[in-house]
Amino acid sequence: MVLTDIQKGDHVVIIGVKPCEIRDKLMEMGCVPGTSVRLSLKAPLGDPIAFDIDGYCLSMRKSEAAQIEVEHFVEDVK
Amino acid sequence: MSNNTIKKVALCGNPNCGKSSLFNHLTGLKQKITNIPGTTIDRKSAVIHIDGTQYQLIDTPGTYSVNPKSKDEEVALDLFKPNHPERPDLIIYVADAHNLKRNLFYFSQLSELNIPIILLLNMVDVSKAAGIDIDTARLEKELGIPVLETNARVGTGLGDIEKAISGTHFTTHYPFTNEDKSDIQLRYERISGLLKKIVHQKSKRQLITERIDPILTHPLWGYLIFLTLLFVIFQSVFWLAEYPMQGIEYAFDNIGQLLMDVLPENWFRSLLVNGIVAGLAGVVVFIPQIAILFFFMGVLEDTGYMARVSFIMDKILRGLGLSGKSIVPLISGVACAIPAIMATRNIENWKDRIITILVTPLMSCSARLPVYTLLISVAIPDVYLMGIFGLKGLVLLAMYVIGTVGSLVSALVFKFIIRQTRLNYFIMELPVYHPPRWKNIGLQVIQKSRSFVTEAGKVILIVSIGLWFLASYGPNPKTASVLEPTETAQLETSYAGQFGKVIEPVIKPLGFNWKIGIALLTSFAAREVFVGTMSTIYSVEDENNLVNIREKMTNERDPVTGKPVYSIAVVLSLMIFYAFAMQCISTLAVVFKETKSLKWPLIQLFYMTGLAYVASFVVYQLLS
Repeated sequence: MVLTDIQKGDHVVIIGVKPCEIRDKLMEMGCVPGTSVRLSLKAPLGDPIAFDIDGYCLSMRKSEAAQIEVEHFVEDVK
Repeated sequence: MSNNTIKKVALCGNPNCGKSSLFNHLTGLKQKITNIPGTTIDRKSAVIHIDGTQYQLIDTPGTYSVNPKSKDEEVALDLFKPNHPERPDLIIYVADAHNLKRNLFYFSQLSELNIPIILLLNMVDVSKAAGIDIDTARLEKELGIPVLETNARVGTGLGDIEKAISGTHFTTHYPFTNEDKSDIQLRYERISGLLKKIVHQKSKRQLITERIDPILTHPLWGYLIFLTLLFVIFQSVFWLAEYPMQGIEYAFDNIGQLLMDVLPENWFRSLLVNGIVAGLAGVVVFIPQIAILFFFMGVLEDTGYMARVSFIMDKILRGLGLSGKSIVPLISGVACAIPAIMATRNIENWKDRIITILVTPLMSCSARLPVYTLLISVAIPDVYLMGIFGLKGLVLLAMYVIGTVGSLVSALVFKFIIRQTRLNYFIMELPVYHPPRWKNIGLQVIQKSRSFVTEAGKVILIVSIGLWFLASYGPNPKTASVLEPTETAQLETSYAGQFGKVIEPVIKPLGFNWKIGIALLTSFAAREVFVGTMSTIYSVEDENNLVNIREKMTNERDPVTGKPVYSIAVVLSLMIFYAFAMQCISTLAVVFKETKSLKWPLIQLFYMTGLAYVASFVVYQLLS
């Protein structure tokens, strides 16, 4: 599952960023494995999308969000 | 210079961390802005005194990482290289306490540079409101460096900062050391490990931001609110700028008149009055619009609203080779292209920024308005469609639509011509809303206005003097003795008049005669000069007397055919020409300043004038 697949209300955890040109940029902005993510806002035409990345709001284009692989958050992971 | 002995203190941090507020609080108007050679980056610095010792405080660009994402960022980060002459002796790192994890990422990179570092936790009030509790004492102990709490917005904790600067023994300590410095994941893991010990999320409370955002980015309300805000802002810009602009024109008219009265009639008086004073007036008259527009844009930017506008506009503009961030310059262009182009600095992506700069002057700016008003009154009949819509008003509206469409279509063309040299992405933080920081906004308005006057002003003044020469002197020595360029006959025999006659064959297919040719040349300084030149050519005493020029232009007949010279075809062709042509040296000067290259203003000059020529040609040939 990638970040573009999640719906409002879903709670997911990043498992990795696919190798791509913007991989470092995304990771520097906090999109690293283990980070919890929620969908915050979608722009009127469904793109870009804004996510709550561990407490702050980061917006990105759909094509960029599609590079981030996530899985559903399971409560007793720690 | 004693500069080498002054300790240099660099202020670093992520964008939106409150770094600039803090810098403004610590320095006020003492700031000096210097350009980093070869870039469009301005570095702000100021010398401050703490307990009798001088420190040079340097504001660095807000960034998320030491790995440069653009050429400009690369140069800005050179500052930290071991043998850089400006390498700081101390780094003050400003971190947004509400979002400590990401803020500590850049901090951890900077802390490995062998430069002493102090950590400021800023906006602690916001983080407390969100239910985040930070154990500052523990953090200080864990990191082994001074950690302070501040609120830069209101200016609390400033005394502590000064104490920390003077008390720091400038010894190095490295709270983070990574075996592999390039491993982003490992770095974040360490930060997370540290934060587990010192940050306690008591309760997840919803911030106001999370409640406002769904409305401001709503498919209907989002756009509606944005359009309403724009409408209000532009109304206020026109309304508020009108009085100071009239005052400036009045003042310069009086200065000119005064000089005319005191000085003997010679070439020097003419140069002073018609070249220098007129040129200066042309620079200063833009200041009210620049200042007012930047004030409003500053408020929208500072509160965090502008990021939302970029967010909702990105998809629409992306297809045209622009980005969400282009919306502000494009719309500001309706008032004046100069502040609009200065506002493109917010666009990080180089290609998006260049395209935005290139097409913004096609938006119908306020200087085109007097040209349109005169021409419409000359040739467009006073009729009403369906009883309510005045044809004149509709034509004016059409000119605005034409400008906007022209600008968007040109963007699309440039999208395919200009090569992408750097990564194109739209990964943008949506900052938490907060009330405007008036001091920041005020300083920004002053700095932008000042930089316009000093940098673009020089070019405008030089070209104005050049145009004065062309309008005052002619190849015929007899004209050189006639020194008042306001005389119609004199203008006709001047270089400008000769120019009009020389280019007449070229502009004939557009329906223009040599008189219009002169106006095209003189209005190159600024579009509205067209009206003044037309009044001079038609010997109208008072150039503000539109009725008089209008009558003379309407009654002008072609000596051969006896038909009106200013037919609908000629007037529409001329209006289209002014809609597209790059008739504004001030804009070219600003583009030169912003792109640090002659290439882009020249491309702009040629593509816009070419577009104007072709469009006018088509309009005239179809209608005549």
